[in-house]
Amino acid sequence: MHIPDGYLSPATCGLFGAIMIPIWRRASRAVKKTLSVRQVPYLAIGAAFSFVIMMFNVPIPGGSTGHAVGGVLVAILLGPWAACIAVTVALVIQALLFGDGGITAIGVNCFNMAFVLPFVGYYVYTLISSDSPSGSGRRVIAAGAGAYVGIGAAALCAGIEFGLQPILYHTANGQALYSPYGLNVAVPAMVLGHLLVFGWVEVIVTALVVKYLQKQNSVFFKGERS
Amino acid sequence: MTLNKKLWIGIGVLVILSPLGVILPDQFKAGTAWGEWGLDEIQMMTGYVPQGFSRLSELWKAPLPDYAFQGWKGKDLFSMSFAYIISALAGIATITGVVLLIGKVLVKEHE
Repeated sequence: MHIPDGYLSPATCGLFGAIMIPIWRRASRAVKKTLSVRQVPYLAIGAAFSFVIMMFNVPIPGGSTGHAVGGVLVAILLGPWAACIAVTVALVIQALLFGDGGITAIGVNCFNMAFVLPFVGYYVYTLISSDSPSGSGRRVIAAGAGAYVGIGAAALCAGIEFGLQPILYHTANGQALYSPYGLNVAVPAMVLGHLLVFGWVEVIVTALVVKYLQKQNSVFFKGERS
Repeated sequence: MTLNKKLWIGIGVLVILSPLGVILPDQFKAGTAWGEWGLDEIQMMTGYVPQGFSRLSELWKAPLPDYAFQGWKGKDLFSMSFAYIISALAGIATITGVVLLIGKVLVKEHE
């Protein structure tokens, strides 16, 4: 889901960069207000986790590959704004050090994976877990469902961003200037790949870690009824 | 053992397992992620290289391109797995540093 340089027009990249600036500002303020000094190491672990889980490329035999993002788990444990910061740091380092995701596409990749994914996932999780006890199985299921919907929503966004390019930007003879595949190809490719295959890694990892932490201690689930 | 330590051990296990991310796609003959093809792949798939794409796609030279060392593209799986683990460690060290720095700037003791 890491859109490289050259797939989206500079205008598209600029637009998403502009959208992300107030989101990052708000995320900084939220983290400042809600996170304690004691929790900062967990934010680092969350960012490291997101980074390394994205390295697990899952193959579709004979086809493409994809991976989980880990952002929904961080959102459930530390809140969606903290997850936004954690995944943003992971994405920026991936782009700069490893060329994974474009430099010009940092804004749009952060929109998909550091904003849409954790927020959608988090709200699905809170909706389903509702006021269930912190150690309940319902929370584990809610975490898995949040992971699934979150990564699906992010993939849908990426598909739409890719798919709009040839409609908006092409030469007089119809050749695309940037990403060459329209919505009819890009959206199903992104969404189906993630809902059928890669998204399940996000579901399993999210649900398993939530289950593990329920048993360990509920420092992460404080503020929620136990 | 503190929870913090247990979680870092978990990250360590993921680092050791991370070469699965290169080995499995190789074993199942899976190619590039959708929408992350290089110049030559786009040329092969569509018959041309989009003009804007060729202008922007090589904008940035990453120090560890695709989680490997410069010029290692196409090396054997063992070498790639080694480079992958080194990349994971380098990435995690950098990210941890950046987040702790952000934490230092943003988060002050409330009480």
